[in-house]
Amino acid sequence: MDFNFTKKQHLLKQTIDEFCEKEIVPYADDIDHEQIFPEKQIKLLSKMGIMGMSIPKEYGGAELDNVSQTIIMEAVSKACASTSVTMGAHTSLTCFPLVAYGTKDQKQRFLPKLASGEYLGAFALTEPNAGSDASNVETTAVKDGDEYIINGSKIFITNGGKADLINIVATTDKSKKHHGISIFTVETKKAKGFEIGKKEDKLGLRGSNTNEIIFKDMRLPKENLVGGIEGMGFKIAMGVFDSGRIGIGVQGVGIAQAAFDKALQYVNEREQFGRKLAKFQAMQFYLADMATRIEAARLLCYKAAFIKDQKKKYAQVAAMAKLYGSEVAMYCSRLSLQIHGGYGFIKDYPLERFYRDAKITEIYEGTSEIMKLVIAANLLGKGF
Amino acid sequence: MKIVVCMKQVPDTNEIKIDQKTGTLQREGVPSIMNPEDKHALLAALNIKDAEVIALSMGPPQAEMILREALAYGANKAILLCDFAFAGSDTAATSYTLSKAIEKINPDLIVCGRQAIDGDTAQVGPQIAELLNLPQATYVQKIIKLDNEKVEIQKETEIGYDIMELNLPALITCTNDISEIDYPSLQGISKAFEENIETWKATDLKADKERLGLNGSPTWVNKSFTPTHQRQGNILKGNVKELAKQLAKEFIRKEIVKE
Repeated sequence: MDFNFTKKQHLLKQTIDEFCEKEIVPYADDIDHEQIFPEKQIKLLSKMGIMGMSIPKEYGGAELDNVSQTIIMEAVSKACASTSVTMGAHTSLTCFPLVAYGTKDQKQRFLPKLASGEYLGAFALTEPNAGSDASNVETTAVKDGDEYIINGSKIFITNGGKADLINIVATTDKSKKHHGISIFTVETKKAKGFEIGKKEDKLGLRGSNTNEIIFKDMRLPKENLVGGIEGMGFKIAMGVFDSGRIGIGVQGVGIAQAAFDKALQYVNEREQFGRKLAKFQAMQFYLADMATRIEAARLLCYKAAFIKDQKKKYAQVAAMAKLYGSEVAMYCSRLSLQIHGGYGFIKDYPLERFYRDAKITEIYEGTSEIMKLVIAANLLGKGF
Repeated sequence: MKIVVCMKQVPDTNEIKIDQKTGTLQREGVPSIMNPEDKHALLAALNIKDAEVIALSMGPPQAEMILREALAYGANKAILLCDFAFAGSDTAATSYTLSKAIEKINPDLIVCGRQAIDGDTAQVGPQIAELLNLPQATYVQKIIKLDNEKVEIQKETEIGYDIMELNLPALITCTNDISEIDYPSLQGISKAFEENIETWKATDLKADKERLGLNGSPTWVNKSFTPTHQRQGNILKGNVKELAKQLAKEFIRKEIVKE
């Protein structure tokens, strides 16, 4: 049992913390308020090699372990959740399936560009009728010689309107239900029939891009079928989500920590009834509750990452980390806003941003309810 | 071109608190970092084309971390001076120890941060130059030109700046202006942990033992405390003419104006 980071992880944390403090935090309010896509921040992250953190060295990536990736996700989320979701959709949802399941040819063609940041990635599963029920996708892929013809549309796609490369989920054989689902890689600038639809106006993560994308007789070379075999899509998507959940759990931890830090600072400054807020037991209880939950959620996230690094089954702990991390984000952003009173409610302070950003963590990459089903299925066994 | 950058591991003074009763620093839980001006010195050295950059530090084994960081930024080599014999060094002993190591490395240019954020003495750089009998420039904001013979620099002064030319080998101490802040890449961080950090002990330096560590330190700290400033207002009374006279007298007394 060892809770210490390695020296390398320690230096990484110090570096990313300093980077976020200087290069992201000062812009986070504007990114949110003005709905500015965090392109500059993503460029800087690319320069440091962070957009390629999940990609093997032979393809130009940094090949970081999962604990290190979690350290980065926490730090960036604490600074700006809009930036962290933009990054996570790329490093986790886009790069991971190609690294884990892509053919050698696909890795060679796509990974170096994703690693350098030349390409921004996205992953497209959700449709109007396929959310939590991922097997119900209606986008079709029909083989035609050496190509596939894709028709359909996707909604709520993070980076959908900005991405250079999107892994899309489509059905190659509707009769086989989830066994008939496949994933295809689309290079958006090259694909004819690829269209960008409506950009969503959201409660939180307002700097991130959430878009509808449309495929109209879009032709893709058959070499873009991820893994090279039809019907692997559902398995790949579930693998992507298991892994991505660690990231969303720790995104929640990052938001919670940011909210907590503000609360801790505020109770030491603000005076009411002739004494600092910190002197009131009610405030002390709030602080203790927040700090305890943040610590517990963080440990779950890092444990899931640790288990994944050990190449053991991590789906259950990842689901717990995601479920609890998102709850803690909601809890802490609400309490910290409450501690700030009226100041928490106005846009001069970041509390209302944390509060709005926290909500999505309970919804995307599997809702809290789906997390509970995943955890229960692991407890009860598959046949239940 | 061989460049040595001297660096110190310091507590992050942004995070430090002072115990009001004892006047001592509460160091527990305070992160240790590379002294900021030393980091700018390093980045300035790394900006010089085709230079071999050697990061040099004296400190306990933990100081390894700032040397790893230097390697992550792209330093070619890192050397840690680490020995019980060096413990308790003041600036004189520190400068002596570093100068002995620099003698051994034999560089063309030595770059130091102006001062460390914990001690704030700004003595180590200049003392090294004196001990090695090298030309020096302090408060350097810019390296204007560098060739194998000389370095031309711009140094900050109280009223502006001076431009100076120094024959090499030379030592400069620099301010944060000398380079833009930058961050090591993930690849750099990985590489930093694949490389070896050389550790030199007192016996590696051919140093005079009497000039090392506590023995070689003429400075001793009697007591440290936080100075308190108590300002007292003085309300003058009388009519305007009298008030003006009193005020003028006061100004003269304080040497704000001449009589």
